[in-house]
Amino acid sequence: MKIHIKSGHLVDPVNGIDAVNDIFIAAGRILAIGDAPENFQANRVINAQSLVVCPGLVDLSVRLREPGLEYMATLVSEMEAAVAGGITSLACPPDTDPPLDEPGLVEMLKYRAKSLNLAHVYPIGALTQGLKGERLTEMVELNDAGCIVFGQSDVPLTNLHIMMQAMRYAATFGFSVWLRPQEASLTNDGVAHDGEIATRLGLPTIPVCAETVALSNIILLARETGVQVHLCRLSTMEGIDMVRAARQQGLSITCDVTINHLHLSEMDIGFFDSNCHLMPPLRGMSDRDALRNGLLDGTIDAVCSDHAPVDEDAKLLPFGQAEVGATGVELLLPLTLKWGIEMRIPLVTVLAKITAAPARILGIDAGHLSLGAAADLCIFDPEQYWRVATSAIKSQGKNTPFLGMELPGKVKYTLVNGHIVYED
Amino acid sequence: MISRNPQLNRTGELQHLLTTEGLPASILLEILDTAESFVGVTERDVKKIPLLRGKSVFNLFFEPSTRTRTTFEIAAKRLSADVHNLNIAISSQSKGETLLDTVNNLSAMDADMFVVRHSQSGAAQLIASHVQLGIHVINAGDGSHAHPTQALLDMFTIRRYKQDFQNLRVAIVGDILHSRVARSEIHALATLGVPEVRVIAPKTLLPAKVERLGVHVYHDMVKGLKDVDVVMMLRLQNERMQGANLPSSEEYFKNYGLTQEKLSLAQPDAIVMHPGPLNRGVEIDSAVADGKQSVILSQVTFGIAVRMAVMSILAGN
Repeated sequence: MKIHIKSGHLVDPVNGIDAVNDIFIAAGRILAIGDAPENFQANRVINAQSLVVCPGLVDLSVRLREPGLEYMATLVSEMEAAVAGGITSLACPPDTDPPLDEPGLVEMLKYRAKSLNLAHVYPIGALTQGLKGERLTEMVELNDAGCIVFGQSDVPLTNLHIMMQAMRYAATFGFSVWLRPQEASLTNDGVAHDGEIATRLGLPTIPVCAETVALSNIILLARETGVQVHLCRLSTMEGIDMVRAARQQGLSITCDVTINHLHLSEMDIGFFDSNCHLMPPLRGMSDRDALRNGLLDGTIDAVCSDHAPVDEDAKLLPFGQAEVGATGVELLLPLTLKWGIEMRIPLVTVLAKITAAPARILGIDAGHLSLGAAADLCIFDPEQYWRVATSAIKSQGKNTPFLGMELPGKVKYTLVNGHIVYED
Repeated sequence: MISRNPQLNRTGELQHLLTTEGLPASILLEILDTAESFVGVTERDVKKIPLLRGKSVFNLFFEPSTRTRTTFEIAAKRLSADVHNLNIAISSQSKGETLLDTVNNLSAMDADMFVVRHSQSGAAQLIASHVQLGIHVINAGDGSHAHPTQALLDMFTIRRYKQDFQNLRVAIVGDILHSRVARSEIHALATLGVPEVRVIAPKTLLPAKVERLGVHVYHDMVKGLKDVDVVMMLRLQNERMQGANLPSSEEYFKNYGLTQEKLSLAQPDAIVMHPGPLNRGVEIDSAVADGKQSVILSQVTFGIAVRMAVMSILAGN
């Protein structure tokens, strides 16, 4: 299949491309940019006038709910939702049922994902068996099966000796460890930020120190073991400050933030809106501002959707009992664009946070439009606003705090390995 | 996103009573004034009036309660309603039925009003936002969030003894962190114009940024009780008496229990209130609970009139 994408606004943060140009694709790869190669006969011409053509999005946290949790969503529904959101590569956390702690499970997931011919799936291997924090997993075996990084998802690793040894073992083979900092003993049954809103609503709380105390342990052990650590979904101003300081001291550490925390605060819980029951909890306004600025100054490397489709009934419960999470793959681009517009940041810088940066963290060759690279592309209309409605969301989970909002950025085409996998 | 106060209808009338927060003073006063007219009823020989005749009131208690449920039951019966008590803790919920399924089933039995108690903050709100138009929900306590009828009967009691709210100092003492009563009292007192509300508690029993609710924070009874007109004691739950919140009930009583000696720091005509049930010797000394400044039993009596007022106003809107 030969494709000619005509007159699009090409944006590629890695190669510094930010101009209107044509792009030519053959055999699944980017063959040329600018003039057509000799004898190039396109099977398909896409008119991309007034559209942006950028590398396919890379999402660092997408729950596909397989294996085991298919009542919430299925691989097919969520992969289709992902490509509709312009995502061409995604990492899925190991908190499935059973967790991704055995090569067989990972191979099966990879195989099923591959046979759908949609986005590339990168399973995050469980760092400990059953995510229980007791025994290390066979990381090398899991790596052979397709896991390139390892983590605990939202399950806390309470034993610091195990954490240190897991880091050492991962470092031996050059695997990076992905952790979300949250100290379990300071969390208990908390469901909301320890601030004004939880005080008003009488909700059990998760204090800021639950994040900072855990972060402190992770940073110290990362330094001790020399492992490459990626911090998932930071939520507090104090946490950002700690990461900034650790980096200034030379520690190689990366981190991400979710689309929800980039825009929302505890105030959005309003009258117990269970769509705002997220983990980590939505924090104060000053935390939100620190996250927005931290992403701008580079302390935070990337934005993820933290996609977690939830069955509708599981949200129709009192706030504290409602299932945690929000759907997100179709909102990753719009909400990152919205942040860029509000902060007045050039598009090329904005798109780097959801293409080149997450690709680098995941350690995959993606997120750029280099000649010869796999033709993973997202083509979107940056001027088109659309309304977030349950009917507009392809994911099986319709749960998001952004329901009813108008957001910028409509994906028109998504290409993976030169195939059009989504067309609006 | 829900932005409208969910307990008021489009014309600003009370549809549900979920919390005292955000209710205008006019509605709070309407409830108190209506309750005044019902106090007489409770003293008559024939204690029934037909305001809710033919209406079905369902008491939905997902958390055990005898006192509150009984006062709601008496209030509804005095208004001639048909009352149905459901002890959900030992019925459908244990069979896996969801909260909203339970409510939908009961709505199909022609319920007109639900009185709800639940261990989760926001439960009454959730029900109110899903019942059909015309069905009213009264929150009889949800988690640590709100207990509006308790706060209203406390306001009624204060007005009875202190005439107005404009020149009062009120102290709320005890486990503010876990107390739905305290939260509802704080909002009601502020709306009714009480100029100074204090909370007195150890730091382990205060929520974050509690001062943002408009209260003055004290950790010391001697300073906190000085010159107050009303002392509102809170019940300390058994499970919080020892562990990470407090070392022991004895030490708590020593520091935060209300004794005659500490009460003497307040205004000489200060009244002492408690939502019950009492933990004598833990948060309050028997001599104070039974003393001449205590209005605790009046609170219980007024509780019925206030709940009658809330039900009759809701039924009329």
